[in-house]
Amino acid sequence: MSELSTQLVVETVDLTKTYDGNKVVDGLNLRVEEGDVFGFLGPNGAGKTTTILMLLGLTEPASGAAYICGYNSTREPLKVKRISGYVPERIGFYEDLTASYNLAYTARLNGLSEELVRRRVGESLDIVGLSEVADQRVETFSRGMKQRLAIADLLIKTPRVAFLDEPTSGIDPEGVNQMLDLIAGIAREQRMTVILSSHQLNHVQRICNRVGILVKGRMVVEGLLDQLGREALGGSQFSIEVQLSEITSGIIERINQVEGVVGVERSGDLLVINCVEDLRPQIARAVVDSGGSLVEMKVQSYALEDIYMRYFKEG
Amino acid sequence: MQGLMTVFRKELADHFTSWRFIILFAIVFAVGVVAIYVDAQYIRQEVMDTRFVFLQLYTTSGQALPLFILFIVFFVPIVGVILGFDAINSERISGTLSRLLSQPIYRDAVINGKFLAGVVTIAVMMMSLILLVSGMGLRMIGVPPSSEEALRLMAFLITTVIYGAFWLGLGILFSIFFHRVATSALASIALWMFFGFIGFMSIFPSFVQLGQVGLKIVQVSPVALFWQVTMLILVPTARSLGGGLLITPSALPLGQSLLGVWPHLVSLIVLTVVCFAISYIKFMREEIRST
Repeated sequence: MSELSTQLVVETVDLTKTYDGNKVVDGLNLRVEEGDVFGFLGPNGAGKTTTILMLLGLTEPASGAAYICGYNSTREPLKVKRISGYVPERIGFYEDLTASYNLAYTARLNGLSEELVRRRVGESLDIVGLSEVADQRVETFSRGMKQRLAIADLLIKTPRVAFLDEPTSGIDPEGVNQMLDLIAGIAREQRMTVILSSHQLNHVQRICNRVGILVKGRMVVEGLLDQLGREALGGSQFSIEVQLSEITSGIIERINQVEGVVGVERSGDLLVINCVEDLRPQIARAVVDSGGSLVEMKVQSYALEDIYMRYFKEG
Repeated sequence: MQGLMTVFRKELADHFTSWRFIILFAIVFAVGVVAIYVDAQYIRQEVMDTRFVFLQLYTTSGQALPLFILFIVFFVPIVGVILGFDAINSERISGTLSRLLSQPIYRDAVINGKFLAGVVTIAVMMMSLILLVSGMGLRMIGVPPSSEEALRLMAFLITTVIYGAFWLGLGILFSIFFHRVATSALASIALWMFFGFIGFMSIFPSFVQLGQVGLKIVQVSPVALFWQVTMLILVPTARSLGGGLLITPSALPLGQSLLGVWPHLVSLIVLTVVCFAISYIKFMREEIRST
């Protein structure tokens, strides 16, 4: 069922871009389905922004093609721009104009009627929580407020797909979480496909269901977030460290029998148990059952960070 | 089209509410009024041709050159350049350009809208200046303009706007080629001084020994072209002669004056169009790059 109802919103076919002979984006094949919140990860200069610019039809690819909802970004840029929203990394507003004027300008450029302009501006500012400063000049805004205004600017045109380029850069940790929750909420409520680029894995991890890691213009890994974690760690996601007063082979054997345990390793007076989920209660019982005495138990969930770092090193 | 009108309206509103416009407007008005007042002092003693008393308000200044026209010749470029020198690069720097271009509008709507808004701003400024000055003139000399004089003033206004559009186009051109606002401003000013200097040589050919070839080169300067056009339109007795102006006893009818003006006017229009076309092509081919 889900296979049938999903539609490709973003697709690139061997997308390549060269700047001065360097391949910035190299044969990229990206597929994002409707309703996805796709995390586009990669170090600075990996080609994330260039890919987004090509998808929006702002930059021409050297070869290959980019499609948004089936429209070719290079040949039908207007159709693409009508259904896609873009929040650039360096967000820019007309500083000497008010927030609502800035948004109204976007609305008018999208050909909305004056009545609709007023309504959408009000609604969008409401959603991002900037209604109270609607008539203030943008120059008085903090960076976080500008970022939220950029989200409002995106909402004005009610896009089917939104490209957010580093939406969390330069704001404080609390602001980052608010911003991410805002984006996730909008994606859910407006049924919007979101492509979010970032070099911060934990930001992406918070709201994305799929991620792709781009290194030097090539997609090194792509897939569902939880799937990726399992693959990269040989099937296990959790590692539990158990300290016992005495380690016997009987105990190890008993733990190995617990369902979900992938492997048990001994290092000094510690046992390191890799497993697919948090099996602390089961392991504790196994230890006690086999006559051991538990001193300490620590669980370590493998954040994707480790995987991410691994790909970084490879790239 | 809708994109063009939206950009146009916003840019126009921006111009009319900006400090730079208010300051320019104030300066233009103040100097224009002073210039016409000085010129008018001479008009009682100097009226040579009673047929065009009203026009002489603009063109007579005793033995010297008419202050008002000189002011227009040298100041309109500044107005054009100031309205255009940061049209594109300031949007690039502030990051609004990529947001603007990601909206569903044709890319040329941006540059066309900006150019059009600038031209309309110059037109409004010049029209109000000329009307104000005419009103003052009416009070001072008490002679209303004849219909031909009114038409000549209209032709002068249109030429002024074209002249302003050239400098506006030049400003926009630099704003596309130079990524820093200061660079484009300085480049525009430098070019204005250069052309202004050349124009000066052509307006006062007796001060410098140019020779025939030199004079020809000098007259391609938009400043010199505009000067010629203005004088031919506003001084009915003037005619163009070998690149210079000749005042004859008999006045030319408006049609003949315009015919004499035509080559200069076309050159001016061509310069404007070339200037704008280069900016247009450059802007359309420009890539938005990640920075």
